[in-house]
Amino acid sequence: MKIVVCIKQVPDTKGGVKFNPDGTLDRAAMMTIMNPDDKAGLEAALRLKEQYGAEVTVITMGLPKAEDVLREALAMGADKGILVTDRVLGGADTWATSQTLAGAIRNLEYDLIITGRQAIDGDTAQVGPQISEHLDIPVISYAQKIQIEGDSVIVERQYDDRYHVLKAKMPCLITALAELNEPRYMTPGGIFDACKAEITVWGRADLKDVEDSNLGLKGSPTQIAKASDKVRKGAGEKVTLDASESVDYIVGKLKEKHVI
Amino acid sequence: MNLAEYKGVYVFAQQVDNVINSIAFELIGKGKDLAEALGTEVTAVLVGSDVKGLADELAAYGADKVIVVDDPELKEYRTEPYAHALSSVIEKFKPEIFLVGATAIGRDLGPRVSARIHTGLTADCTQLEIGDFPINPVPGKEQKPNQLLMTRPAFGGNTIATIACPDFRPQMATVRPGVMQKREKVEGAKAEVIEFNPGFTPDHKYVEIMEVVKAVSDVVDIMDAKILVSGGRGVGSAENFKLLEDLAEVLGGQVSCSRAVVDAGWKVKDLQVGQTGKTVRPNLYFAVGISGAIQHLAGMEESDIIIAINKDETAPIFDVADYGIVGDLNKILPALTEKLKAEKAAK
Repeated sequence: MKIVVCIKQVPDTKGGVKFNPDGTLDRAAMMTIMNPDDKAGLEAALRLKEQYGAEVTVITMGLPKAEDVLREALAMGADKGILVTDRVLGGADTWATSQTLAGAIRNLEYDLIITGRQAIDGDTAQVGPQISEHLDIPVISYAQKIQIEGDSVIVERQYDDRYHVLKAKMPCLITALAELNEPRYMTPGGIFDACKAEITVWGRADLKDVEDSNLGLKGSPTQIAKASDKVRKGAGEKVTLDASESVDYIVGKLKEKHVI
Repeated sequence: MNLAEYKGVYVFAQQVDNVINSIAFELIGKGKDLAEALGTEVTAVLVGSDVKGLADELAAYGADKVIVVDDPELKEYRTEPYAHALSSVIEKFKPEIFLVGATAIGRDLGPRVSARIHTGLTADCTQLEIGDFPINPVPGKEQKPNQLLMTRPAFGGNTIATIACPDFRPQMATVRPGVMQKREKVEGAKAEVIEFNPGFTPDHKYVEIMEVVKAVSDVVDIMDAKILVSGGRGVGSAENFKLLEDLAEVLGGQVSCSRAVVDAGWKVKDLQVGQTGKTVRPNLYFAVGISGAIQHLAGMEESDIIIAINKDETAPIFDVADYGIVGDLNKILPALTEKLKAEKAAK
């Protein structure tokens, strides 16, 4: 079995975020991590590899320094890493990103493609389903459990008040929830090997069956009108009181606001 | 693409088990504002099996037209036949704007449809309005009027971005549930009902549903609650939520929780407030033992009054609380519940 896992290097949103003058994100200026949902997707792929035998290829699109997340994935147990990087791919929205990744994946053999449900920077949850559409394969989003049965994959698909057990013929794309598992740590041997491993680097010319008009900032249907830091409403009063004074304080406020 | 051909505001009227989700009415409500600004109408797109009878309810909340796509293949939500239904509606009726709820269904369906018809999709919008793009004139760039300006939080709620889709139609957005206002329900209101079936032929993209497992829970929807008593990791245990339940009961409110509580298995996901849970805006939100991760704040900071109780005076929840009490919830909550009971009895 061949599994492709799409991972993304994301800014650690606990730190500050910075923008370029054109409103796009200044990724170069921020601390980065492997996106948590993607890490769960990678872990799921590695478990399938252990259980059924598989070759796991990780692929990422980003700046040259995104190579770091590929090495992290290799140190966890992935077999191959592919970095898709090219200036003409920059500023892509989800449409152009999914076109890029689909163009890269067309070069590979795959039974299963796993992406994270969403990245913590954009939070859109769009790229996985959009890749599946471009590749004309079924998608199962929000996976909380994945099993293989012959040439099919059986997935628990989470909804708000229920889950569906779905069966799809492979090839299929699955988007993984962080709840799927607890990702493993890199091993010392894995880190050693990952440092020496060769990373495949692809540019625009390596993408298969994609028009220029669908790539990068120019190929993005959505455009940023403005971006700014969130203005919070700000703190109100803060008091330190013992229990009975606290109760009087709260009851006083509830009366003042006509809640009681 | 001839953009001028595309007219009208369309919304996806999500139903599950033939019950319309509240998000459908919220989208109609917002859709009416947008339609008024553009001088057009709101059309609800109802997709399912045996759902035609639900059209009146959409009309009661303000839909001018209802397109019904009714087919046995659409009984349970599945990505492919639903994506085919919406894409076919878009190709035939050519809407200018298409709104979908940012639910576990809409966040799967929206991207698949937008990729199929080649247009932009803005995720998880919290504000929608009609305006010029670019917002301010830019030399050498045409400023287009009457564009859908879609505003959404990003970077874990650290930033707010406004997005436009000036060169493709429809302009598509998924919209966070619980943010837009429904219109007042008008009983007996009628909409023009249009039946449309593009044909559904199962292919390799149709997945098979082997089992539907509904969560066994009779919890009320926290998005409808006027008062929420919400607990976090600081509550300490599932059993200790009794303190919050007692307070909620005397206030006539509901209990909700943070993600940490769901991860610990103390409460079901239905009760989770925050970015990966639900967005709530009750009149009163008690944050008890909740530190206030930015993802939690994103789901509750629009509440009218926020009261936070936390023993850690540096907890970020105090940055958004109207009234913050640094103290021990185990002492404060029981005493507060007793005091409120006494107040009630005295009335």
